[in-house]
Amino acid sequence: MKKRITGIFSNPLRRWFWLFLGPVTAAFAIGFVWPFIQGIYLSFCKFKLIKNATFIGFGNYISALSDASFRHSFWYTALFAVTSLVLINVLGFAAAYALTQGIKGSNLYRTVFFMPNLIGGIVLGYIWSMIFDGILSRYGTSILLETRYGFWGLIILMCWQQIGYVMIIYIAGLQSVPEDMLEAAKIDGASRWQTLFRVTIPNVMPSITICTFLSLTNGFKLFDQNLALTGGQPFIIQPDGSTIKTTEMMALNIYNTFYNSNSASKGVAQAKAVLFFILVAGLGLAQLAFTRKREVQQ
Amino acid sequence: MSSDLNAERRRKTVLSIVLAVICIIYVLPVLTVVINSFKVNTYVKTDTFALPTGEMWAGFSNFIKGMTFGNYPFWNSVKYSVFITVASTALILLFTSMAAWYIARVNSFFCKVIYYLCVFSMVVPFQMVMFTLSKTADSLQLNTPWTIPIVYLGFGAGLSIFMFVGFVKSIPLEIEEAAAIDGCGPVRTFFTVVFPMLKPTMISVGILEIMWVWNDYLLPYLVLDINEYRTIPIHIQYLKGSYGTVDLGATMALILLGIIPVIVFYLVCQKHIIKGVAAGAVKG
Repeated sequence: MKKRITGIFSNPLRRWFWLFLGPVTAAFAIGFVWPFIQGIYLSFCKFKLIKNATFIGFGNYISALSDASFRHSFWYTALFAVTSLVLINVLGFAAAYALTQGIKGSNLYRTVFFMPNLIGGIVLGYIWSMIFDGILSRYGTSILLETRYGFWGLIILMCWQQIGYVMIIYIAGLQSVPEDMLEAAKIDGASRWQTLFRVTIPNVMPSITICTFLSLTNGFKLFDQNLALTGGQPFIIQPDGSTIKTTEMMALNIYNTFYNSNSASKGVAQAKAVLFFILVAGLGLAQLAFTRKREVQQ
Repeated sequence: MSSDLNAERRRKTVLSIVLAVICIIYVLPVLTVVINSFKVNTYVKTDTFALPTGEMWAGFSNFIKGMTFGNYPFWNSVKYSVFITVASTALILLFTSMAAWYIARVNSFFCKVIYYLCVFSMVVPFQMVMFTLSKTADSLQLNTPWTIPIVYLGFGAGLSIFMFVGFVKSIPLEIEEAAAIDGCGPVRTFFTVVFPMLKPTMISVGILEIMWVWNDYLLPYLVLDINEYRTIPIHIQYLKGSYGTVDLGATMALILLGIIPVIVFYLVCQKHIIKGVAAGAVKG
């Protein structure tokens, strides 16, 4: 094993442990470690208040997986995440490619395309619900009345917000493509498209990996925009009396199970949250494995 | 050869025009907010994209009305948003940079545990801990704007420690050794030698934290008592909650007031923001 290089201070520094590591350790314990452990534990419990939680094993997980609204939100979220992933990355890459062609005013365009990232999700949702309703009201309908309006509305909103973000990463990638490689392709008589697909894109693969996973996990974790744009509407009442909120994504479904259902379902909500965590963390680990593999190849 | 150059020039002109058009489309949503914040409420829904002329023109009455909307002074939510964002960012920058230096320079089991927990916390979605975190914050009385920065330090430590440790490892040890030989203790070395060198990462981390905390909705909503303390996103969501009865013109005025500082901040620190975001892209 490689010996880790440590500073001359390694030993004197240890005496200052409480000063350097103390505050973060304490806050981290309060803000992450303890809530995480408690969250895992409570997912196996039935409770209304944390102090009278009783252990019931996997019951909550069974209820969570057999909950039609949760299953619906999973498929809806997956469909949304994949659709937005493709659109955001294709358009973001196209924008980055266009802005690295040496056109006048590239900086201005870059500034404008990135701007929506600074605006928070709640505000974005509110702005776009006004715009969509301004258009749809002419046809006597509303974004809250049809599932497909809500779906594509959210896709448009997310494209508007995220294209500038992936564009920034792609621009950095495109600028690092070796100039002489492009030159060589040109001399060998490669067309513009051939150069793009055979030289440029293979060279920006690392950026593509980062952006793909980034937009995939962002799509799965989406909450604010979903809440503010449609809040899950329109609703469908099932024959058994339960409600499916057709545009509700996973994060919002978990939130609603915690805070807007009957108080007995908090354990189920926590179980859903654990399943959600496993899904999102799995995507994160897949990304890590994927990038590692590429690094070895290069 | 000259026809080749001409084709190239034509291609660039076409591309410029396409980009300019997209650029205008990109700004339209924000312009719609501006237009509607000066429009009389009843016309916002029927004539969303019309300019506020004639009887639609509301002047600044929307802004005045919006100030006391939802039985809550808008000015208060601005104050809380600014305080929480500034305090949390300052706290995170100071304490995580200290911790990161310690972790990078001391080779102990505990440091490794903390470091890997931080990396792990980056892939955990907020929904996993939201219920237990808000209960913990409640029982420890961290539920006011003055104490919520501690919660932000705890939940947000992962990314900044990860970024700081990466940077500290690239700083040559010789600099710190020289300071030690000159008689500098660890604390002084950190604050006078290491801390100034961390500036580029400080800016990147600072920008990411500011963007996160300023726009964050769920964490403050669950932790704070929202009858007393509302940040700007909470206030705006609260108004939307009563959709239909709410005065849309006045709400657009508030949204505009909420966006203006963000856009000014963006235009002033644009270079740093774009660099910071690219650096933080490691977070999934």
